[in-house]
Amino acid sequence: MLGIAVAVLAFGLLRTVVTSWSSGVEASSANRLITRHAVSFIFPLPVSYRSQIEGIPGVTKVSFANWFQGIYKDQSFENFFPRVAIDPETIFDVYSEYTVPPDQLANFKKLRNSCIVGKKLVEQHGFKVGDIINVKGDIYPGDWEFVVAGVYTGKDKTADETQMFFQWEYLNERSRQTASWATDHVGWYIIQIRNMNDAPSVSEAVDALFINSSAKTKTETEKAFQQSFVSLSGAIITSLELVSYVIIGIILMVLANTIIMSARERIREYAVLKTLGFTSFHVVGLIAGESLFISMIGGAFGLILTFPVCQGFGAQFPTLFPVFKVANSTMVLAVMFSVLVGVVAAVFPAYRSARMKIVDGLRQIG
Amino acid sequence: MTPLVQVKNVSKVYKRDTLEIPVLQNISLDVPEGEFLALMGPSGSGKTTLLNLISGIDLPTSGSIVVAGTDIAKLNESALAKWRSHNIGFVFQFYNLMPVLTAYENVELPLLLTNLSKKEKKERIEMMLKVVGLSDRMDHYPRQLSGGQQQRVAIARAVVTDPTLLIGDEPTGDLDRKSAEEILTLLERLNKEFKKTIIMVTHDPHAAQSARTIQHLDKGELTKN
Repeated sequence: MLGIAVAVLAFGLLRTVVTSWSSGVEASSANRLITRHAVSFIFPLPVSYRSQIEGIPGVTKVSFANWFQGIYKDQSFENFFPRVAIDPETIFDVYSEYTVPPDQLANFKKLRNSCIVGKKLVEQHGFKVGDIINVKGDIYPGDWEFVVAGVYTGKDKTADETQMFFQWEYLNERSRQTASWATDHVGWYIIQIRNMNDAPSVSEAVDALFINSSAKTKTETEKAFQQSFVSLSGAIITSLELVSYVIIGIILMVLANTIIMSARERIREYAVLKTLGFTSFHVVGLIAGESLFISMIGGAFGLILTFPVCQGFGAQFPTLFPVFKVANSTMVLAVMFSVLVGVVAAVFPAYRSARMKIVDGLRQIG
Repeated sequence: MTPLVQVKNVSKVYKRDTLEIPVLQNISLDVPEGEFLALMGPSGSGKTTLLNLISGIDLPTSGSIVVAGTDIAKLNESALAKWRSHNIGFVFQFYNLMPVLTAYENVELPLLLTNLSKKEKKERIEMMLKVVGLSDRMDHYPRQLSGGQQQRVAIARAVVTDPTLLIGDEPTGDLDRKSAEEILTLLERLNKEFKKTIIMVTHDPHAAQSARTIQHLDKGELTKN
């Protein structure tokens, strides 16, 4: 029973890693498009594209963002979190799943070097409004100071609350001196469209606008954009997924072996039951019932343990897994596997006991 | 009066690969109702095989066995199981109690196949445990009971459904002399007071003396009365 509990726990944890890895994909909005450089995400696009994109029919709002990176304190994993330069006027309109108190948003817009941090960053690093976050630039050299103007929270649990947003104008202003290649450029555009069914036509229209320019664009749905990041680590995810199924397979064999051994030891008991008048059907039911009981209790115990373990795991790696939540599909799969393990493990001993002659069973030394 | 058990020309041959091993040869035996019969004979004489055939846990190669008017060789597996639950009480040499069940629950086992109410079951179990002298041990597990006490629980389990026939396969074979005496006295009491028909296999001539009739088996054949 303990073995099954541990197996389901391991399965649940691995599956949660897999599902959390692609949580950004799940959380993406159907009426948001992302426009990036056609060659690669790392090449910037001119900020002047914005007004042209805004003119395309079906587009309701255009915002932009730029990956900043930098080093906070040190290069340790705990101190890494996404630092992104954004347009303060529009970003929280297109990302309506993020909520910022109006007064904090107003302050953010007013102060050039201010920033808005996610709730989880506040919990992890203890940031509070008025604090200064010092970041050493790497892509954009120099020492950077950001004043915390506010905290954003997600409207639901799928929202990423581990990012830091600051004004793109601040980045652009300093880039003129230290990173002229980036001046007046943005990383990507976020396009809000009126109707999600317009996504293909708007995407085509955006890319057609810049097909003859030096910075050609590639526009896709936010989901496809997120998926492209996830697919970069596809091999690892596939391996993890495979390992999770292998664990279930191994436990299936271990439990089957345990049930078979237990049934073998108790063959005389089954023969006695048959002598008393119980039928093969009763004995098969007894074996299957025991097997299912063990696997289901073990599975339930493992599943219950999965939640606090995943919570602890997620808390250890908040920026790697901004959303680390046991998915419904994981719970369903865990229950299904528990049932499957119980049924499969009972098949052979149940078949054997059903076919057993009473006199042969009574001769067994139990 | 028609005998309760009629064994007619019964033979039993076991097959081991291509080898045929005759165990019983053309046995005929009548057991009247209320009888207490001891089957004696050396090891390998076929005593237990004959007992298994009469109790319906094995089938003869040829011949017929009629118990209380039913030719049990003609019943299919599930009908035979049902017939056993109604007609046969079985006492084994090694008790064969379920180790995870208490004395009460072990006695209750055969009653699970009946339609008796919970109250009726309780009354019967308590009465049978009282008859075997274990009223104060009903919550004990087999490991907490002596060999003699375990065999008394097994006897209570065998008779709790009020079966037509009580079968004992060396019921005193694993017990010390004192406990064996107690069990034999109990069987005699069941035969005399409760009119139970008993067929008992034993090696022990002393145990056989408790029976009203003794039959000897040797090399698969009944030799003398």
